Amino acid sequence: MNYATLEQREDVVIIWMDQEGESVNKISPTFIAYFERLMHEIDADDRIRAIVLASRKKDWIAGADLEFFSNNYQAGTWKPIGKRSRKLLGAMEASVKPIVAAIDGAALGAGCEIALACHYRIISDSKHSMMGLPEVKLGLLPAGGGTQRLPRLIGLQSALDMMLTGKNIYPGKAKKMGLVDEVVSKGALIRSAVEQAKSMIIKHKPGKKKKGMSGLLENNMIGQSVILRQARKMVEKQTKGNYPAPFKILECVEIGLKKGEKAGYKAEAKKFDELLCSAEAKELIQIFFNMTDLKKNPMQHLARPVQRIGMVGAGFMGAGIAEVSAKKDVAVILKDIKETTIASAKKTVWKNLSKAVSKKAMSPFRANQVMNHISGQMDYRNFHKVDIVIEAVFEDVKLKRKILAEVEAEMNPQCIFATNTSALPIKDIALMAKNPEQIIGLHYFSPVPKMPLLEIVVTDQTADWVIATCLDLGIKQGKTCIVVKDGPGFYTTRILAVMLNEALLLLEEGADIKELDSFAQQFGFPVGPVTLMDEVGIDVGAHILSGELTEYIKQRGNLKMSTKMIDMYRADYHGRKNRKGFYLYGKDGKKDKGKVNPAVYNFFGGKERKEMDQISVRNRLAMAMVNEAALCLEEGIIQSARDGDIGAVFGLGFPPFRGGPFRYLDSMGADSALSILEMLSERHGPRFSPAQIIRDKSQSAQKFYA
Amino acid sequence: MILKRVVVVEGSRTPFLKAGTDFKDLLAFELGAMAIRGLLNKTQLDASMVDRVVMGNTIANVSTSNVAREAALNGGVPNTAVCNTVTLACISANQAISQAVDQIMLGHADVIIAGGTDSVSDIPITLSKEMRQTLFQARKVKGIGDYLKLAKEVRPGDFSPEVPDISEFTTGRTMGQDCDRLADRIGVSRKEQDEFAVRSHQLAHMATESGALGKEICSDGIPPNFLPIKKDNGIRGDSKLEKLSKLKPAFTRPHGTLTAANSSFLTDGAAVVLLMSEEKARELGIKPKAYVKQYVFTGQDLEEELLLGPAYATPAVLDKAGMTLADIDVFEYHEAFAGQILANLKCLNSDTFAQEKLRRSSKVGEIDMAKFNLWGGSLAIGHPFGATGARLVATAANRLHEEDGQHALIAACAGGAHGHAMILERA
Repeated sequence: MNYATLEQREDVVIIWMDQEGESVNKISPTFIAYFERLMHEIDADDRIRAIVLASRKKDWIAGADLEFFSNNYQAGTWKPIGKRSRKLLGAMEASVKPIVAAIDGAALGAGCEIALACHYRIISDSKHSMMGLPEVKLGLLPAGGGTQRLPRLIGLQSALDMMLTGKNIYPGKAKKMGLVDEVVSKGALIRSAVEQAKSMIIKHKPGKKKKGMSGLLENNMIGQSVILRQARKMVEKQTKGNYPAPFKILECVEIGLKKGEKAGYKAEAKKFDELLCSAEAKELIQIFFNMTDLKKNPMQHLARPVQRIGMVGAGFMGAGIAEVSAKKDVAVILKDIKETTIASAKKTVWKNLSKAVSKKAMSPFRANQVMNHISGQMDYRNFHKVDIVIEAVFEDVKLKRKILAEVEAEMNPQCIFATNTSALPIKDIALMAKNPEQIIGLHYFSPVPKMPLLEIVVTDQTADWVIATCLDLGIKQGKTCIVVKDGPGFYTTRILAVMLNEALLLLEEGADIKELDSFAQQFGFPVGPVTLMDEVGIDVGAHILSGELTEYIKQRGNLKMSTKMIDMYRADYHGRKNRKGFYLYGKDGKKDKGKVNPAVYNFFGGKERKEMDQISVRNRLAMAMVNEAALCLEEGIIQSARDGDIGAVFGLGFPPFRGGPFRYLDSMGADSALSILEMLSERHGPRFSPAQIIRDKSQSAQKFYA
Repeated sequence: MILKRVVVVEGSRTPFLKAGTDFKDLLAFELGAMAIRGLLNKTQLDASMVDRVVMGNTIANVSTSNVAREAALNGGVPNTAVCNTVTLACISANQAISQAVDQIMLGHADVIIAGGTDSVSDIPITLSKEMRQTLFQARKVKGIGDYLKLAKEVRPGDFSPEVPDISEFTTGRTMGQDCDRLADRIGVSRKEQDEFAVRSHQLAHMATESGALGKEICSDGIPPNFLPIKKDNGIRGDSKLEKLSKLKPAFTRPHGTLTAANSSFLTDGAAVVLLMSEEKARELGIKPKAYVKQYVFTGQDLEEELLLGPAYATPAVLDKAGMTLADIDVFEYHEAFAGQILANLKCLNSDTFAQEKLRRSSKVGEIDMAKFNLWGGSLAIGHPFGATGARLVATAANRLHEEDGQHALIAACAGGAHGHAMILERA
């Protein structure tokens, strides 16, 4: 296969990377073999005295061929590939002919590492130009010398920041931190790179390394170990020990610093191999594939354009939906009954935009443009011009029906009416709708600009073009969308509700609030269920647990549902929002050093707390959720295990390294899931009786992911 | 060549606020952007339809010298619209609108946003000429020696800034002083001026209360709080003659007749109108408010007639349209000073003025005050120099509908001794 074409300009050769039959350049073993040969040829060719590495694709090098590595991977496979790539990059670095990286588009992962092995880096200031080492997000580490070359180039602190967060670095920042030597316009990229390469021919001395380490702290062993220690502490705090990759990155860097590069490269190869075999990486890579999958709209051909949104309800949700829409140049008419609500919605958006402006991630002009897309009003003026109305008023069926009737009087007959609700059945809201096929549920998660999931809820009547259009809009808003069937609590709220119910029952049995939360966090949830109840709001929780969802769950066989949340709500507990919840809150609404509100235990049998077994608490919380997810799949609420996993991970913070409820079931095996559920069911009641679909998988020895 | 008919579709303005109040941190382009954004929101016009944006502006900020472009881009108009700024003192917006009318009439454009913007809270305070020269040279110096040489030349006095005042370049007099002269020459008493000022405030107050003025105002609010500002803040519904008569003269002391109360005040604000060819409006299914029937600009003697523009422009535009005062149902005149308005009305109603200055056998006529500035005027509402013209057009068009009239006449005076008048016909 052909990976590049060559262009000779006097004594400089431009290697135009242009992988045949692919839209991007991806690193794979065959790519490495191709470049080995190419570098030999160039080395032997006396007409060539300098090299420019450029790309004909939209991106420079997008990264490694993830599918290749994840599909064919077995322990030890990496060793020979790693060795060859290490040799190739080493040869590039040692080349007597200077190599200039001319980067336009993304240079990510292995792509970034190739750039690091070059002698000079120029990047274009195009919008899509960026560099980064995102391996950690997939549970991996930069195995192309990144853990060794990057600290040398930009210093220990910046290098750790880049590798441990996996964030993208844009041209201006890249220049500032020394990741690139020059930023030029796209049109000047190749000319500048060729000129640079020529100018380096005489002076170039391979092996002479740039002193990148900067600052007193970084130049000595003591300083370095201080930085490493701090980084390790931070990683421990953030991962709770659930993710091995960041630790291995730190180890590689440390070995490189203490025992030299060679040892560093070796460690890198070994640890990469270990990570690639790890369950965590497998799950994270699967999530990445699932997400990529969901970024495409399979019903694209049915979607209609959305240029204007009529947003009814300018609360925190409304503001968030307005923000993510306006950022994509979709006009938003923000309608509310209160002027001050509209003002504070605009203030919220403006604050977020201002943050981006102060970080130079957005120009002040662009911020103005985005704000211009949002107009506020207290009536339905111009609603006949909108393509979709999204209603995000208080969770009350009667109110939502009233809004629908009001909007119907104004909107054009082609307009979609979407209701943002976390639990109210869409069919109930659509009961008296003029066009029930144009009614749909859009369950956004708060805060909308940050949360990646959108749950699109469809009734039996919802038209395909309406679903397609909402999928399009959601993807445009930067959301990963799952389409679920209408039903009590849909998917995410339903599986969350049973988990929260289990947490409440545990408290009733005498569990300690803090311990409960910490057990859940150790399982991998970003926050524990009790903290979550405070965050979401006890009022909201009470509303969900007192509605149709509870009835639905109960009817499965008189299942035990805690009523404590409702009792607390009646006693004016709303959680963090009114600073009256499970935990104590300061005046600023922040947790008071994580102290539990002792008065809450009055609802749960007094101050005396019982010690609980961590494994059984974890099992109860996790299996309640997982079993409910399986029931949702069985009932057709969700269409696939993939959707269920993405919904739980992106919407509820189900531990990403466990891949989601269904990947979790697959990894433990249907048999053992079944026996755990049966055991729990025996001990704690029929609410744990296993979903039929789990029994079926166990019987047929199948997995949810074939 | 067939000239197209031009329609006024809608108007939008910021509230007009006294200098140094809520808009004090905003630049002129931001005020302009606010008015334009308000117009686009109000009409929900697809902004890519806008062919041009023309904005009047008198106090130029050098960093946004083509303030129309900045206002348009930040107001939500795409970059495909061509934007230019015009300046003609207090009738800058009238010039902007007239230019837009011409462009549409001639078929160069179909949809134009025209108006003006000014911030007197952001006046260009400059360094002395000497200091500016020194700094200019400083850009070319090399090495420390050059710097020291240059630094030696700087005198302490060079640092004192120059604050521009609003005086006529040719005569050196401020406009207030000129109006004092005019009032005395034409014979406008202090009492007449104060009475007129009270009328203006009371009418503007009533129009605010009834919501008539509110319809023109886009009350979007400004960052970071976005709390809507819904009203002009210079209108005083409690204006009383007794109170006004106690004020000291503002411009000519001790015996002038102009006071702070019977003069328009320094104002921050912006106003725009949406103009279209009649066929375009019809194609878009828009019901316009008025046709632009005719307009004129005039120039007069700078020494004696600085503020007499309306007295010249009114008969000129009526003649051009083949109409008389009796054909006009709505008069909307810019009130720079009560003395100026009353002097103009007296001149229009004077045979001598008509014969000596207008070469007419008899006077233009007496304007029926029951048709004149019924929603108040610049004295009460305020007068952002570059923007007032667009307010006049929007108000006149709205009044035609409210008062069930057929024709409206707009007139205004301007520094440099210019005058302007325009006739609108109800659509």
